[in-house]
Amino acid sequence: MTAPTLDRPPSAEVEAAARIKPRRRITGAGLLHAWTWLIIGWLVLPIAVMILFGFNDTPGRYNQTWVGFTVKWYGRLFEYPDLTSALITSIVIAIVASLLSGALGTGIGYALGRYRFRGSGSLNLIMFATMSSPELIMGASLLSLFVSAGAGLGPVTITIAHVMFSISFVAVVVRARVMTLDRSIEEAAADLGASPWTTFWKVTFPIILPAVFSGVLLAFALSIDDFIVTAFTAGTTKTFPLWIWGATRVGIPPQVNVMGTLIFAVGVFFALAAGIRSSSKGKRD
Amino acid sequence: MSRLKNKLTPYLLVLPGGVWLLVFFAVPMVAMLSLSLQEGDIVHGYVFTGHWQTYTEAISAYDTQIIRSLIYGAIATIVLIVLAFPVAYWIAFYGGRRKPTYLFLVLLPFFVSFVLRTISWRQILTDEGPLLNPLREAGLIGQSFHILGTPFAVIAGLVYNFLPFMVLPIYVALERIDPRVVEAARDLYANPATTFRKVIFPLALPGVFAGVLMTFVPASSDFVNSEVLGSSETTMIGQVIQAQFLENSDYPTASALSFVLMLVLLIGVFTYARILGTEDVMKVAAR
Repeated sequence: MTAPTLDRPPSAEVEAAARIKPRRRITGAGLLHAWTWLIIGWLVLPIAVMILFGFNDTPGRYNQTWVGFTVKWYGRLFEYPDLTSALITSIVIAIVASLLSGALGTGIGYALGRYRFRGSGSLNLIMFATMSSPELIMGASLLSLFVSAGAGLGPVTITIAHVMFSISFVAVVVRARVMTLDRSIEEAAADLGASPWTTFWKVTFPIILPAVFSGVLLAFALSIDDFIVTAFTAGTTKTFPLWIWGATRVGIPPQVNVMGTLIFAVGVFFALAAGIRSSSKGKRD
Repeated sequence: MSRLKNKLTPYLLVLPGGVWLLVFFAVPMVAMLSLSLQEGDIVHGYVFTGHWQTYTEAISAYDTQIIRSLIYGAIATIVLIVLAFPVAYWIAFYGGRRKPTYLFLVLLPFFVSFVLRTISWRQILTDEGPLLNPLREAGLIGQSFHILGTPFAVIAGLVYNFLPFMVLPIYVALERIDPRVVEAARDLYANPATTFRKVIFPLALPGVFAGVLMTFVPASSDFVNSEVLGSSETTMIGQVIQAQFLENSDYPTASALSFVLMLVLLIGVFTYARILGTEDVMKVAAR
């Protein structure tokens, strides 16, 4: 059973087909490549508009049409005290929420990655549910709880909500790292007479620390950007996204674009720094 | 003693976070159910009556918005698969050493506030904006042509905002495919179309399903896009729930509507988890 085509002398037709084929595949990949860049361009477009309108020489609060180039809004960044305090509220809540969910999520992630225990299946399911539930429902149900309990809404309830939806993300990131951990390093430490406590703090924790760190950063990003859950749990407190939402009816001042641009720049800087760190570490390995 | 401590360790580690999730994720659902069975108003207070008629009233009053939300969510999801699959495919198979860079570019919108980038779209799509104004002056579109306020604008906003959630899971699934499987298909004389249809696409399906879950659920319950980019003709159920909770303080109606939406979406989510497992979605989150 040999393939009959193999002993046939290559005809001109076959040769032509062989010549065309790779070229056709290149155009296919080229199309895909162009498509990818088209989509990336689309994704970046509103960001570019946001950055651009931060430099718009618009007379007042109405920042809709392009007037001319200016950098004055960067100098007058803190002109709206309530906008500034909304940004500060957002940052403070994000710091507290990311540290808290970092601690709670690391515990869950470490336990799930290291131990087999009863109830881990249901825990996984709850985590999955918090990660894939509609934010609207989480916000609405938290509001129901706080209303029923007669709790006043404010920074505390916002933080509680942010910790709730961030825990699972931290836990999943930490679990992934713990599962790839080489147990023999810990065994070596134990063989050298280290107590379990010492082994954890001197060996295990430094290894999972980058994962904990990226989990905390992720929680920070989720918290500072969250709008839907925050809208339900804020009461009269204003975070940065809530302030922008409230301002849509009266006009968004250019300072919002400038703050958005600066937050964007800081976020990209951290992401690039983390990326460069991990890739240079990869090269050393 | 040490053995016992060892057995207790995982529980002690899980306890604080687990209790937090239970108290602030599971218990609120019960509170919401209870609230939906109460009657009264914000001034006189609410009394538990156990009447289900709030549900029938809420559903018949807002059935258009519920159905519209599910339709918008479904259209957005289908468009997302069509747009995102080639992107994920190209990055996974042709990205080479630049893969992380491309993924980073796809994730770029997440560095800008969700509300802010949606408002930015309104700035682009508005009648006097940089897109429509030149076209109108060139006579390519009529005076009455608008994008803002149409279902198109709302669905486009949903697609824009959730695109990375479709690209990532499909990418993760495609990335997992062993190149030798694809080579084997070629060795067995499958042409590229057949290889794609019979080998690559079936292996990418779990990623597509994860993407559907991660985009359909937030898209059909969203209220930001329809509020910022839509009009009174594109009102989605999320807007109704938000207004009833936060503006009208009609907690029973709002809770009943939330509960209906939750049943529709969470039954889907849990069916997904039972049939397909939770790993794919979690893997995307861990990236």
